[in-house]
Amino acid sequence: MGRIPRDYLINRIVTLVLTVLIAATIIWIIPRLSPVDPAEIALGRMAAGAGSVANSEEILAQLRANMGIDQPLFIQYLKYISGALVFDFGLSTAAFPTPVSKLILNALPWTMGLMILSLLITFFIGNLLGALMVWDRSPKLVKVAIPAAMVFTSIPPILSGLLLMWIFAAKLQWFPLTGAYSIFVEPGWTWEFVTSVLHHGFLPALSIVVVTFGFWALGMRGLMITVQGEDYVKLAEAKGLRPRYILYRYMIRNAILPQITAFALKIGLLIAGQVLVERIFAYNGMGKLLYDAILNQDFPVIQGVSYVIILITALSVFLVDLLYPFIDPRIRHEANA
Amino acid sequence: MSTANMTRAERRQARRIRRFDNPWLNPKLIWGAGLLLSIIFIGIVGRFIWDLDLVFTGSSPLKLPPLGFENLRGQLGVMAHPIGTDGGGRDMLAMIIIGAPNTLFVGLLASLIGMSIGIFLGFSAGFLGGRIDDTIRVSADVMITIPPLLILVVFQSAFGDVTLTMMALLIAGFVWQSPTRLIRAQVLSMKQSGYVQMAQLSGASTTHIMFREMMPNLVPYLFGSFIASVTTSIVTAVGLEVLGLGPQRIPTLGRTIYEAINAGALIQNLWWWWGIPTLLLGVIFIGLLLINLGLDEVSNPRLRRLS
Repeated sequence: MGRIPRDYLINRIVTLVLTVLIAATIIWIIPRLSPVDPAEIALGRMAAGAGSVANSEEILAQLRANMGIDQPLFIQYLKYISGALVFDFGLSTAAFPTPVSKLILNALPWTMGLMILSLLITFFIGNLLGALMVWDRSPKLVKVAIPAAMVFTSIPPILSGLLLMWIFAAKLQWFPLTGAYSIFVEPGWTWEFVTSVLHHGFLPALSIVVVTFGFWALGMRGLMITVQGEDYVKLAEAKGLRPRYILYRYMIRNAILPQITAFALKIGLLIAGQVLVERIFAYNGMGKLLYDAILNQDFPVIQGVSYVIILITALSVFLVDLLYPFIDPRIRHEANA
Repeated sequence: MSTANMTRAERRQARRIRRFDNPWLNPKLIWGAGLLLSIIFIGIVGRFIWDLDLVFTGSSPLKLPPLGFENLRGQLGVMAHPIGTDGGGRDMLAMIIIGAPNTLFVGLLASLIGMSIGIFLGFSAGFLGGRIDDTIRVSADVMITIPPLLILVVFQSAFGDVTLTMMALLIAGFVWQSPTRLIRAQVLSMKQSGYVQMAQLSGASTTHIMFREMMPNLVPYLFGSFIASVTTSIVTAVGLEVLGLGPQRIPTLGRTIYEAINAGALIQNLWWWWGIPTLLLGVIFIGLLLINLGLDEVSNPRLRRLS
């Protein structure tokens, strides 16, 4: 377990900063290229509410000044970037005058909770099943059933979500159709609320789990094959250790480590998939926030949600890259890795 | 020994040995390709035998169930709309004949462009090294972390309606980085290998080494990477469509699901409305996965003995 070389650390930090900066810039530039004027959308919303708006030119000018879009682009950009650093994305135009950061802060725990929970479950199940597929002592059923079940793991979670929703929520009515908790319970650390949250979260989590465990199982299968013929496994067998002990302590422990780096590559897709699951389940997370913002053309919220999700992705990749050598001492950091 | 007097196990063994002769003829690859071809087949044959004008809103009765089923209003499925109609009075069969190939088209076009960029950049980075390698490597590293869906959401909500080709082009901007990294890594390791050094020593030109010595060895990887990016592209396209973005007036499988969810098709038990596009997307993804697993067996012979 060595210290992280400075070159490597600098390399990773530069990549992290570049990723976030480039993503933030793209998100900022795109709406500026569009012919749609956010001030006119806001005015349109006022007109829709009141029937007609007097002095519309003045109001437009005032709205533009409020949104800061009457200033030169360069200043707008600097303001945006410095705001993004402290998660200040301005005010939501649809839920005016709620700050975007507050909306995101309300949605984030739901998304993170669902994500971490389903990720832990899939990582555990996937790796175990992948290992059992290779292990020569696992029952025949396992070797036939898992590859068959894995065929369905190529499906994005939104499709499995629809299917589970139809069977368990619409048909059997075992689980609620939408939402993150029942509207009849008061949010708080009460028993009713917690069970309601678990009850509502089960289907969204399940729809992610059933379609993602195969990714880990496939990776684990490949890694287990390489471990299978290793000398230390042969030695352990020759020593007469119990096969199950060899599987867990010798084979899985050595094979599982590179799986952690696979996580870094997969997280972007996982989050994107989850955003869509949240949208179909109307789960109170970032996905629903994003979908509502798209419907209302609420650009500050769309920007803020996209930025925060990209930031989470980039940070997770960064952390995995840094922590991995501590978990797996066989890997040495190299400056040009 | 003729096939007739072999036991079942022996025949299976023989088949397995024959399969080793040509790794490209493994059952996963064939099944996967078959599934995708059947989608294309529906799209081509459907255009000749079915009236595609039924895809317009209001061209058919609303919410008719498929043949042999009954909807909540007690209507039975009719021959004129064998797999039912949606809430806007569109015939599901016509919608699928047009929509399913559209979905595949976006995936294939986006990854074709992405792959071309990836091959070009990957070879450049691996061969030229230095500054160019650094730039390409860092930009691939940066872009690989950014989830395409979110950038495209920002883009499409700012610009509104797009065409299918435009959406494919946009997605292509996010599927070049994995092939670039893969090809760069392969080129770097191949550069050290005996046969490439031999070719260099015997004075072969760079293009000869690239296309005659290295390319053939890269083919299974390239195919695998291509199929993976088709999957990513379709997932992204469907994601956009389900969020209500993407092409607004052209039928796609994702758009159909979006309309079904918004109309409350789940509660109204209109399962054919969202179920049929979901099933077809499932077939597409399973087909792609099988092809990918088959290609893995081609490029990694160690996996073959397990199947």
